[in-house]
Amino acid sequence: MSRVAVLKGGPSLEREVSLRSGTNVELALARLGHEVIPIEADQHLVRTLREARPDVAFVALHGRGGEDGTVQEILEILQIPYTGSGVLASERAMDKVVSKALFRNAGVPAPPGYAFNKDAFSKMGAADTLPEMQQKLGLPLCVKPARQGSAFGITMVREPGDLGGAILNAMGYDDRVLVERFVPGRELAVSVVMAPEPWALPVIEAVPLGRDFYDFEARYTPGETELRSPRDVDDDIIQEAARVSILASRTLECRGITRVDLILDDDNHLWVLEVNTIPGMTDTSLLPKAAEVAGIGFDRVVADMLDLAALDV
Amino acid sequence: MNTHDVTMKSQTPLVGPADAARYDSRFSSLASGTMSSAMRDLMAITEQADVISLAGGLPDTEAFPRAIFDGIVSDMGSEYLASSLQYGPTDGMKDLREQIAILMSHEGAHARVDDILITSGGQQAIDLSIRTFVNPGDAVLAEGPTYPGAVPCFTAYGADVTHIPLDDDGMRVDLLEEAYARLVAEGRPPKLLYTIPNFQNPAGVTMSLARRQRLIEFSHANGLLIIEDNPYGMIRFEGEALPTLFELDGGAGWVVYLSTFSKILAPGVRVGWAVAPPAVLRKMNLGKQAADLCSSNLTQRFITEYLRRHDYREHVARVNTLYKARRDVMLSTMEQRFPASATWTHPRGGLFVWATLPDYIDTKALQAKALERQVAFVPGEAAFLDGRGKSSMRLNFSGVSEALITEGIGRLGEVLTDFCALHETLHPRRT
Ligand SMILES: Cc1ncc(COP(=O)(O)O)c(C=O)c1O
Repeated sequence: MSRVAVLKGGPSLEREVSLRSGTNVELALARLGHEVIPIEADQHLVRTLREARPDVAFVALHGRGGEDGTVQEILEILQIPYTGSGVLASERAMDKVVSKALFRNAGVPAPPGYAFNKDAFSKMGAADTLPEMQQKLGLPLCVKPARQGSAFGITMVREPGDLGGAILNAMGYDDRVLVERFVPGRELAVSVVMAPEPWALPVIEAVPLGRDFYDFEARYTPGETELRSPRDVDDDIIQEAARVSILASRTLECRGITRVDLILDDDNHLWVLEVNTIPGMTDTSLLPKAAEVAGIGFDRVVADMLDLAALDV
Repeated sequence: MNTHDVTMKSQTPLVGPADAARYDSRFSSLASGTMSSAMRDLMAITEQADVISLAGGLPDTEAFPRAIFDGIVSDMGSEYLASSLQYGPTDGMKDLREQIAILMSHEGAHARVDDILITSGGQQAIDLSIRTFVNPGDAVLAEGPTYPGAVPCFTAYGADVTHIPLDDDGMRVDLLEEAYARLVAEGRPPKLLYTIPNFQNPAGVTMSLARRQRLIEFSHANGLLIIEDNPYGMIRFEGEALPTLFELDGGAGWVVYLSTFSKILAPGVRVGWAVAPPAVLRKMNLGKQAADLCSSNLTQRFITEYLRRHDYREHVARVNTLYKARRDVMLSTMEQRFPASATWTHPRGGLFVWATLPDYIDTKALQAKALERQVAFVPGEAAFLDGRGKSSMRLNFSGVSEALITEGIGRLGEVLTDFCALHETLHPRRT
């Protein structure tokens, strides 16, 4: 039995999700017999952690601050082992631009894209490259803030004239913006346990209810989705999804349990969109669903995450 | 006993995530439709410490005199203890309904005590009136923008809302007439109009007398039922009070009037009211029975005794002075700090300014950026049911000190200026 601090909340846009993940994790930890110390990741976080003196920190934060290496650095300094990825891996995974570059080198299939930060536009006239970008990537495009979880600030560009507006919108969420080819297809998620010999939980498909699978709104507009094992997908594709997901998580040097989001396109090609170092643990999240399908249950996932808790140095 | 022990113990046997699916098929359609989760997530972080929140709609409760509060509570204890702790009639306490009739007469509205239903806040009055009239799919008219808090009521009961635009003179009644005719032609005559004629939330504008008269004439000629929501009529800083639609209706029974003590006294008491013809009131009464049997006797008594012993108008005058100063600071700071491409309303009362930005700005993205600078507002989309309002925002001036308004608007101005500059570089004007 350990004293486990569950870090949740925080000021990111995904605060609400984090609170729901955190509550579920606390319940599981209590069932597993641990002493649970719920901690709100506010401006007193360091002081609270010092006073609480936990054996280990369970990071149930999502988005900026909690998932980008910041909290991880604090835990490194305080020498409190924590769940999930280390400082650099968190940073790499949070930044879709950095991930994409690393994926390219490692042979992880990812949609092609370009990225610029705000200064490139305001100080170096990068806007003049928009036509080339469009030409090289082709329409439709998907414009995303580089470091933001969920679907915040993501816009699909169908018309040539709309790219500038989409970039402006994404800039609300991050100073760096990624312009990526939009790959239509089915949405898959693979949770990877980064044990010494990494292994993947069953592939889960997110099927938007009452909407066209392939459409962008369905993918990025929160609505009702059914999570289930993919139907009519060849076994070798499932195997391949697991393989690239493990490869992607390894490439970023992740720890703990990651969740890799992929697209399976019409030609049965897989594309990695991103690696989440702190997968959602809410009632409607993908990782708990994968655990259910695997027949191992939520508590076991939480126990595994705790077992894999560590420090970078 | 340690409260922490109690919560942890009671939490342990709860159902886990894997059990969640069992409810999915059981949720009512009423429970399913709510605000978009993006908006919910955005609003969740506006409530944190250190954020200058211009997003709320909070009256200043610090202005309520402590001595008055203590006096009433002590008298309640000696004179009305048992009855204050008891259930009461669904319609509400008679003593309070009498006081409300008097209060309404100060606004030139003459209601019969028996036509008044006490509700748990103005919010319940809205909920009850919509649930009394609206079936799923029914056409309903409302201002555009409308009160963000009414949006979940419309959604819950499946109202198909057509928004009627506003200008400086309030709702465009000419456009209402057009919309009405169009809906009638489609075979879906609107069930009702929901309107906030005075210092509208969120737009801050007030319906002119001429439009009020025209609206009532139209209502009488066409049998259009009007829900008049009037929490802000007395929160007036300048100008003359205009007659309520309820009064202009002259007892013809086409106006259901709603109001609340939340803005003139205190939202914490959760006391509002509705005035409606007996046949309507009976249905609302049934709805209220189902919802909560009756509103709190304790707070109804508190308000009653307050109204009996003190002149609430002094309190209203006091907060109005406070709010007027805050509004002035907000408007003058906006004048200095907002880019020239932004426009906004100049409310003569109420709690809100409504600003409209160039249409390339999505105020949800702006909100995300502003939150990095610790300032919050309500993105305009929250005030529409049809996804409009993307480039607008609601700013509250009542709940924040003048210094914080200056600081908050200043930061917002910087974020905005940044956005506009970035837009320029992304969309160079071609010559
Ligand atoms: C137009 C309008 N109606 C009703 C209400 C709800 O009032 P109460 O707090 O009394 O429920 C508000 C509160 O902001 C409002 O602005």
